[in-house]
Amino acid sequence: MNDAPSGTILAVITLNMEEVSGGAPIFFARDEEKQEKIARYLSKILDATVHDLDNGTYIVVRH
Amino acid sequence: MGIYKHRAEHEQRYMPKGDRQGVTGLHHYYPDYLAVILIGVIAGTTARIILLRIDYRQYPGYPHGYLTHTALGLIASALGAVAVPALLKPDYVAVTFLALAAQQFREIRNMERQTLESLEKTELVKRGLDYIEGIARTFEARNYLVMGTSLVTAAAAQLSGLPAAVFTAVLAIYASCYFMSGEVIGDICDVVPAKISFEQGILKVDEIGMVNIGLKPMRDKILQDGLAVVIKPRNGNARATIHDIGQRTAIAFTAAVIVGTKKDVDLPEFTPLARKNPDTGEVGLYIVPVEKDIDQLIAAVKLTPVLESARSKPLNARPVIKAIKEEGDIT
Repeated sequence: MNDAPSGTILAVITLNMEEVSGGAPIFFARDEEKQEKIARYLSKILDATVHDLDNGTYIVVRH
Repeated sequence: MGIYKHRAEHEQRYMPKGDRQGVTGLHHYYPDYLAVILIGVIAGTTARIILLRIDYRQYPGYPHGYLTHTALGLIASALGAVAVPALLKPDYVAVTFLALAAQQFREIRNMERQTLESLEKTELVKRGLDYIEGIARTFEARNYLVMGTSLVTAAAAQLSGLPAAVFTAVLAIYASCYFMSGEVIGDICDVVPAKISFEQGILKVDEIGMVNIGLKPMRDKILQDGLAVVIKPRNGNARATIHDIGQRTAIAFTAAVIVGTKKDVDLPEFTPLARKNPDTGEVGLYIVPVEKDIDQLIAAVKLTPVLESARSKPLNARPVIKAIKEEGDIT
């Protein structure tokens, strides 16, 4: 298991580049299907949970 | 002992009947206080073994764990049993070794705590530090019970003979089991089935918001396989008890042990969660079990022990608060 501290945003997957910026890696997806796919892969790779911010942005967080 | 080969012979010749030592009727066969100590040790060790069987529910023991605790129980009961002849001899200084015993039992608590804490690191569903502390404390306390059992049994054997010792042992063991079994969640709360739903991304158990689940396939899976209950406290004391995070972690852990969980390292969404309704104090529990059996889940929650560290009785403060208020009115 990765030992990143809990509560850290490991990645951001968005449909809307204008809504996001900052320190975590940002992935831009063209449509919802691709966004979902990237989020699913990242969640498996990072052993972390995907949360939906309901503004076209998903975040991957380690708890 | 001098020139006499057998103590019994010596006693019969020269000691008045009241001064004879050992169990009445047995002192011809056993030297010194061996019978008294032996009876005490047997009673104490039996108590430990019986209490160990009760442990099983909250802490899966392994053959080696069983052996360790039986052996330590044997030592504890020997210490208790030896105290009686030591007092009668009279050798009061010898009783100070009971202090040594207390030290020894604290070690048992540390040993249990360390074992469980190191196991906790690789546990998918955590026991929680409060639960570990509770288990460790229980193991320590049970050794005192064992020592007490062997002490009273040895005393009964010394003073009134074998039948009295057997009677006392049974009574002491029964008392140990009865008083140390403790309360469970089912005693203080009602547990009822609840409905899982999603409000946008938020997973809800009835009206209690639990966690945000982002992926749609995960939401569908949770709706299909998940189970939920609401734990309703019966009074203010129970509300304060399940308000405790350690207690809620212990409930989620017990549920996961009994109904299983589909959680894995890469599936953190399936972590069993217990969250509070801030307005009513009710706690919602959500789990994705291996076997979807709501009755078993309810039974598991009800069986969870009330942790000593979580037990709280704010209602008992009422008379005091009332008294203070009344005093305030007067002045």
